[in-house]
Amino acid sequence: MVPPAEIIRVQDVSFYYDGILALQDINLSIYSGDFLAVIGPNGSGKTTLLKIIVGLLKPQKGRVFLFGQPLEEFKDWPKIGYIQQKATYFDPTFPISVEEVIVAGLYSSQKKLLPDKKLVREKINRALELVGLNNIGQKRITALSGGQQQRVLIARALVNEPEVLLLDEPTTGVDRLAQENFYDLLGYLNKNRLLTIVLITHDYGIVNKHVNRVACLNQKLVYHGEHLEFCQSSVVQQFLSGGHHLVSHRH
Amino acid sequence: MIYSIFSSGFFWRAILAGGFLALACGLLGVFLVLRRDAMIAHGLSHVAFAGVAIGLLLNLLPLIVSLIICLLGSFFILKLKERAKLPGDTAIAILSSAGMALGVLLTSFKSGFGAELMTYLFGDVLAIAPTEVWLSVVLAFLVVILMVANYYPLVFMTFDREAALVSGVKVKRLEELLVVLTSITVVLGIRIVGLLLVSALTVIPAASALQLARNFKTTLILSSLFSLFSIISGIGIAYALDISASAAIVFISILIFLICLALKKLGLIKNF
Repeated sequence: MVPPAEIIRVQDVSFYYDGILALQDINLSIYSGDFLAVIGPNGSGKTTLLKIIVGLLKPQKGRVFLFGQPLEEFKDWPKIGYIQQKATYFDPTFPISVEEVIVAGLYSSQKKLLPDKKLVREKINRALELVGLNNIGQKRITALSGGQQQRVLIARALVNEPEVLLLDEPTTGVDRLAQENFYDLLGYLNKNRLLTIVLITHDYGIVNKHVNRVACLNQKLVYHGEHLEFCQSSVVQQFLSGGHHLVSHRH
Repeated sequence: MIYSIFSSGFFWRAILAGGFLALACGLLGVFLVLRRDAMIAHGLSHVAFAGVAIGLLLNLLPLIVSLIICLLGSFFILKLKERAKLPGDTAIAILSSAGMALGVLLTSFKSGFGAELMTYLFGDVLAIAPTEVWLSVVLAFLVVILMVANYYPLVFMTFDREAALVSGVKVKRLEELLVVLTSITVVLGIRIVGLLLVSALTVIPAASALQLARNFKTTLILSSLFSLFSIISGIGIAYALDISASAAIVFISILIFLICLALKKLGLIKNF
């Protein structure tokens, strides 16, 4: 059996904000098909790590490799889907339809405009269908609920058929039911579309049924391994008894 | 009267230059307003004042000198934001003050061009020269073409800058392009409405369109139409009533804004 390909490698990464340590000596590999939950208390460096992986922040020490290539040489960005923290905190007056959001994502990754409008329409419809949103292409995105807006952003990422999706606390400000539906969608995309997912979350209790790996961060990588071993890990118990807590929900 | 308007060459020159400028302002303004960069045109118009003063002092074409000074100024604003980590409005305020101060200083070195300077401050579209018309048409056409060619990346960047960066959109290059296009548009607007009112052309039609439009394309179309209507009707009214064209253009665009705002508030029109 062929081992899964390494999609992301974080190697000896340290990061400081104006001299203040945010991340120290992080080593982490993410493989094809993983659904990795990155958890940790506020200020533990989760968002910083994600921003370093997608090249928005440059670490003072260490390197990142995407699909085997050093980040600084990586050009194949359509393979990466990214949804940042508070992504749905739009300006409520912003005049953009659902279809325009998706098509902007599609065309931004193309070297030239796709001449075939029918093909473009098919791609948009397929992406919307995949996230369970049909017939809302002409609606203004700000007129949708928070949960629907999240799905539109996933559709924008999926329209380029990425291999990995990175999400930073995507359900902030979304109600519980919408959160569960959203995580079910991520689980479906991971299992059925073989999409690798990296998810920063405070809602481990909701998402844990879908993830297969967990990375626990508190400036250092406290734990990185299988989800099933996570709860029994003594390192994690130590971490939790040190005054940190993870928001969890009972089912 | 009507016949004399339509038969005069300078009227058609004004309409031609104004029409192309309206398109450039209508398109560009939407991006500037949505990116919270509306004041950049105002700041650059003050920088252009220094260019006009240099041009008049050295007997060079003021529009060309202003264009060069504005382009330099726009890159200075970008660098101030990036290197000194200054907020955009602070960088714009610093540069616009410097531009205005330089312009005032230069005008004190030579007397006698006060009247000509006034036409640049307040605009005199009906006195526009044929060379300036063609310069306006070519540059405005360039602005429109560059915006259309970069339409989707510009929309993506305006809506979600961080996601656009990760998608491989050359955000920094596009931001530079927007500032360059703003510089060109500001300089083009100097002859039509003048330095002091040029930012109105980039901001007010876009703000009006945002009251009514539901999607990005409609916003751009409405903004361009409002801009076009304001400039052409403003020139016509100014010519017919012998009043300042720049004031007429700005007042018409404000009137359109108030109508759009009222239509939205009263719910008399559904977004389209």
